[in-house]
Amino acid sequence: MTTRKIEILVGAFIVVAVAAFLMLALKVANAGVTGSGESYVLYAKFENIGGLKVRSPIKVGGVVVGRVASIELDTVYYTPVVKMEINEQYSNFPETSSVAILTSGLLGEQYLGLQPGFIDETVQILADGDSIQDTRSAIVLEELIGQFLFNRGN
Amino acid sequence: MITDKLQTLGRDTINNIAGFGRSGLMLFGALVGKPDFRKGFPLLIRQLYVIGVLSLLIIVVSGLFIGMVLALQGYTVLVKFGAEGMLGPLVALSLLRELGPVVTALLFAGRAGSALTAEIGLMKATEQLSGMEMMAVDPLRRIIAPRFWAGVISMPLLALVFNAVGILGGHLIGVDWLGVDGGSYWSTMQANVDLYQDVLNGVIKSFVFAIIVVWIALHKGFDAVPTSEGISRATTQTVVTASLTVLGFDFILTALMFGG
Repeated sequence: MTTRKIEILVGAFIVVAVAAFLMLALKVANAGVTGSGESYVLYAKFENIGGLKVRSPIKVGGVVVGRVASIELDTVYYTPVVKMEINEQYSNFPETSSVAILTSGLLGEQYLGLQPGFIDETVQILADGDSIQDTRSAIVLEELIGQFLFNRGN
Repeated sequence: MITDKLQTLGRDTINNIAGFGRSGLMLFGALVGKPDFRKGFPLLIRQLYVIGVLSLLIIVVSGLFIGMVLALQGYTVLVKFGAEGMLGPLVALSLLRELGPVVTALLFAGRAGSALTAEIGLMKATEQLSGMEMMAVDPLRRIIAPRFWAGVISMPLLALVFNAVGILGGHLIGVDWLGVDGGSYWSTMQANVDLYQDVLNGVIKSFVFAIIVVWIALHKGFDAVPTSEGISRATTQTVVTASLTVLGFDFILTALMFGG
């Protein structure tokens, strides 16, 4: 086996491995398309976040516009604060927008549904670091059943 | 009677610790020092061919079949819950996090590790290593170092190839044979796989496994009793020790990376 042939085969090996990595990064993990694009941050306070997780999608009309960056507890009121990273492309949500924790399907993953609000002269556009005031918490099935049984008792 | 047992235990412990020390000294002697790229690079290329390129076939074939089996088994369970759309993340996450690095390391220990041990053991038995020293060539720098680097470079690359081929194998069975929707196979996978959390942690894992396997293989060969029986024992020990160490470290790494 000549040195040249060996070097060509080693070069081909490296190329195959790099191709595999690119496939894993771009096709499987889908990095760079939505993951690391330009984004800005909004906050929302909820009563109860249910099963919402970090990296859960944020959808407007079913289209993913961002992801949940972190979920923390407000240290004054002890309510959950969700930090949302939203794609820079969608940066014109007015401050009348509302956000709700929804479930995809009956047993599916929970996600944030963002509902754009109306605009008039007094309404401002949400900027980086602002909070959305109008929020609806997750529906917890046990609480719902509890209320139902309580009402039947009356 | 009891003192004999105690003596055996003590001797084994001392021998084991001495073995650790010798393997550390071997690696130190091979890797620490001024690198000579002009001489070292051709040796490294040669070893990349023997260790990496020649292992490619077994890695590709095993990756394909493991991806196919994962899809087949995962489908039978998922279809009961009507969740066959989640087949993509099942296959991708199992491969990227666990099976890719671990199976590659086990195959690598069997395919390349045993060969390294036998080669170096035979060099020692035929006194080629002593001959090199007589000619003022450091066998650690000339024999051990290029093999170590070649192994450490090629194993993460082999694991990446294994993962990619496995995911394609899962696609072959899941989408083309069992009729899972191709779009949801890829889109649920993209929604659930993270580049840093899953892909890069897998690469880190296989990097650690590469160091373990190659180090053990080289040390067992370098430390082998220079007889035919000694070499055969060293080769067996390489595969057994390397596989068990890889599995043990896999648990530790998984607990550290994904346990929290």
